[in-house]
Amino acid sequence: MTALAGGALLSITDLKTHFRFGGRWVGTAGSVRAVDGVTLSINPGEVLGLVGESGSGKTTLGRSILRLIEPTDGSIEFDGIDVRGLSAVEMRGLRKRMQVVFQDPYQSLSPRMQIGQIIAEPLRLHRIVPETQVEDRVIELLGKVGMEPYFRHRYPHEMSGGQRQRIAIARALSLEPDFIVADEPVSALDASVRAQILNVLLALQRSEGITLLLISHDLAVVERVADRIAVMYKGKIVEVTDAHRLVDRPLHPYTQALVSAVPSGVPGQSRPRVVLPTDTSSPTASAQGCPFAPRCAEAQPICRAATPHLQRKDSAHEVACHVR
Amino acid sequence: MLIDVQNLRSHFFLDEGVLKAVDDVSFSIEEKETVALVGESGCGKTIVALSFLDLIPSPGRVVGGRILLEGEDLRAMSATQMRRVRGRQIGLIFQEPGAALNPVQTVGGQVADVLKLHRALTRHEARAEAVKLLGDVGIADPERWAGAYPFELSGGMQQRALIATAIAGRPKLLIADEPTTALDPTVQAEILDLLRHLQDEHDMALLLITHDIGVVAEMADRMMVMYTGKILETGDVRSLFKDARHPYTQGLLGSVPQLGAGRDDPLRGIPGAVPDFLELPRGCTFHPRCDLAEDVCLSSFPPIRGIAPNRSCACHMVA
Amino acid sequence: MAFVPGLGHLVLGRTTRGAHLLTVAWAGAGVLAWRSERVFAAFASRAIDEWIASLFLLGSLLFVVVYSRWDVGRLLTGGDEPSVVGKGPWQVASRRFRANTLAVASAYMIVILYVVAVLTPLLAPYDPAAIDNVLQTRYLAPSGAHLFGTDEFGRDLFTRALYGARVSLSIGLLAMLLSKSIGTTYGAVAAYFGGAVDAVLMRMVDVVIAFPTFYLMLMLVGVFEANIVLIVLILGLTSWPGTARYIRGEILSLKEQGFSEAARAIGLPPRLIIIRHLIPSALSPVLVSAALSVAGMIGAEAGLSFLGLGIRPPTPSWGNMVSAGQDAMLVAWWVAFFPGALLALTLVSFSLLADGIRDALDPKVLMRRFV
Repeated sequence: MTALAGGALLSITDLKTHFRFGGRWVGTAGSVRAVDGVTLSINPGEVLGLVGESGSGKTTLGRSILRLIEPTDGSIEFDGIDVRGLSAVEMRGLRKRMQVVFQDPYQSLSPRMQIGQIIAEPLRLHRIVPETQVEDRVIELLGKVGMEPYFRHRYPHEMSGGQRQRIAIARALSLEPDFIVADEPVSALDASVRAQILNVLLALQRSEGITLLLISHDLAVVERVADRIAVMYKGKIVEVTDAHRLVDRPLHPYTQALVSAVPSGVPGQSRPRVVLPTDTSSPTASAQGCPFAPRCAEAQPICRAATPHLQRKDSAHEVACHVR
Repeated sequence: MLIDVQNLRSHFFLDEGVLKAVDDVSFSIEEKETVALVGESGCGKTIVALSFLDLIPSPGRVVGGRILLEGEDLRAMSATQMRRVRGRQIGLIFQEPGAALNPVQTVGGQVADVLKLHRALTRHEARAEAVKLLGDVGIADPERWAGAYPFELSGGMQQRALIATAIAGRPKLLIADEPTTALDPTVQAEILDLLRHLQDEHDMALLLITHDIGVVAEMADRMMVMYTGKILETGDVRSLFKDARHPYTQGLLGSVPQLGAGRDDPLRGIPGAVPDFLELPRGCTFHPRCDLAEDVCLSSFPPIRGIAPNRSCACHMVA
Repeated sequence: MAFVPGLGHLVLGRTTRGAHLLTVAWAGAGVLAWRSERVFAAFASRAIDEWIASLFLLGSLLFVVVYSRWDVGRLLTGGDEPSVVGKGPWQVASRRFRANTLAVASAYMIVILYVVAVLTPLLAPYDPAAIDNVLQTRYLAPSGAHLFGTDEFGRDLFTRALYGARVSLSIGLLAMLLSKSIGTTYGAVAAYFGGAVDAVLMRMVDVVIAFPTFYLMLMLVGVFEANIVLIVLILGLTSWPGTARYIRGEILSLKEQGFSEAARAIGLPPRLIIIRHLIPSALSPVLVSAALSVAGMIGAEAGLSFLGLGIRPPTPSWGNMVSAGQDAMLVAWWVAFFPGALLALTLVSFSLLADGIRDALDPKVLMRRFV
């Protein structure tokens, strides 16, 4: 990691979240290794992008860090606190410092509450301000996300997707958190509205000194806004490095394919494409070997036998690959 | 000219009022051409496609205009004639392949059904041809997957199977409505390659309905930009990307960051949000979000007119 | 002017609210003037239903007068609510409901039925059980003196229908409330605790559902004397499992929705997530089934009484009145006809009300994103 030891705000070590299914009475029929041994650290004030395809486990990783889903194994250390060791009550207290913005603003706001109530709920719950100042604080938070005070009397269904996502950001912000997980915060929004919301989020990240984990499938957006990018594939981090470096000089064969698959955006000018063979292995297959080996053109025998671990290639570049 | 749409209007009749999802839209598609219909959610672009095949869900319907397929008006057709057009002359694929495939029939069976219906093949011929088609759309080991049910396939393979059903009738026009939106980037690139390849091989025209500027640049010859049920700008993709004239098109193109380019530029977008169809602004519906708007923009919607060879634009402020 | 409720609203152009207030005021004052003796005598009597009727009448009149003065004052000073206040899901639903003429008509019908039922001791022209000179008064056809005619004992059927309405309507309402509150609580508890508690609770629901309710009723009615309380308990205690299952399923699926996860993410304890976020969202469809359930309960009571297992004569209920009338069908059609017609009218009204609520609550209205 680029940070000095002990300087990280959040360090995850060998985190695993497996979902068991089936076999309710007679043991476990199988499990999906959604997050399978992730080690990652995030420095104070940085924006870490987490990219990967659907099913790569990036959303589960974000939720596991916040213990919205209970991890199966591994450790999460947040500002010196052992997050997994906390009781349910202690965890609820810590939520003040670790917040989240969800993907779908059509779902994440309670439909029967006015916007003012939605933003005030965490303020009252954690007694951020005295009751007499709650309304003023709600207005102030609305202002921070660029909305007029009268919106506090409105209901979610009366607002556009972009406006709802601003409210979700204001709600997260109300607790004055140190860390926010933004899980695909703009992918449910129209292209022309995405920039507004990302800019609001990033301006606040900077002005309030918030550390941000930005989960997205859109590499182009993440490259623009993240300091570093982590690439996830089948529950594992396969590459971590500075954002621009990851795009310019990807090392992992999967990252290379990912970068090459992004449309150039210029008519008549395609990127040279790295085509991947289709993976026909099931998601419950054994954990042995490199998860990418079945689709990798450069796979060697060792790739199917042993799981590669993240290794530092130089001061700022880590990759999990036997071949590199 | 393969298809010629003139003054198409499709409206939804709701309790709260009339929603003009497609409001006086005209365009044409030549044979073998790829045309992109671009717009954000709620601009009416999907309803254009559904209008072609008389598939608009109630309480909506086509209320005006003509849709000429090789000179024949689709709107004048009987239900029986329309069924022959669907699949045989116009194929359709959707954003959610999982929802478009029948979950309780094998993938091969679904392709074979189309073949029996539109190409009058026998059961045996249809089966063999279905396996061949599944191979054509890039499903490895088609013999095995023909007997699989849709839930056994990944999203990318489902979209391939759906494409196989859409091209089984050898249509002259394939309408692809957000064909890659639900897919991962690496799979998206593969499906786009496949569509391009099939289009060459079968001499199909492609109407690509999408919100994704990257997909348009990759695929289309011409593009049309749609907003609140109207077409705001049309042109060939190269010149339009280089020199968009309508403020909305400019904003839309500027909203999409390109990988590895313009790293120090701030992210740009368009202020405001796409208006609700039932509360459209007066005059030009884009004026509340437009930097150039003047008084005239509040009073009337600008007519679309030619501004250069193969280019047209609907804006009061564009000469 | 301000002393006549509703007039102020009419002058200010609030015609609907004005007409409502005016109607209630005039109807209330009319009853008071017509039956003033009974109204005041009620307070001297020991019968609780007469107390309730008189209090309800006087209370409504007082409310209408006070409310309309207050509301007119509000309209004159501040005008209506500021337009920046949004319309919540309930307001959207109520606006849609009011646009549905049939549903609104049935809602009025139901309100009138219940008001009349409460006021029965004041309105009834005769004593429901008075038997007097049977030979001359039995089976009189409907007339000005006996609107619905008389029965075999010469009792006034209009009076008995009014008293029967009290029995039938209150059984319907109370049994529904009992059933829905047990069902909602039970389902919410099962969903909240989950795991083993949920499994045990839901297996118990299966047992209750599998239990032959009808025979239970027969047995209980055979052992105990059937009265309103017993019928309410039987109907209420046997019909909640459907609601419990529904609420449990609804809460489990709402739990997976974004806003419930968002509530967890701000650190809201599970108890408050269920009460504040999940139950309010799960409840609106219960409203539909509540309206249907009142009709079902009234119908069930009528069925039991018709079989002679429900409310026992001489206490009138619509069910036992129809039952008594069927024997006399050929000589006196009116004995069974009027209570039967009232029963049908009530059931149809509730069923139309339920349809209206269902349409008004259609969640698609709040999520119009189909283009």
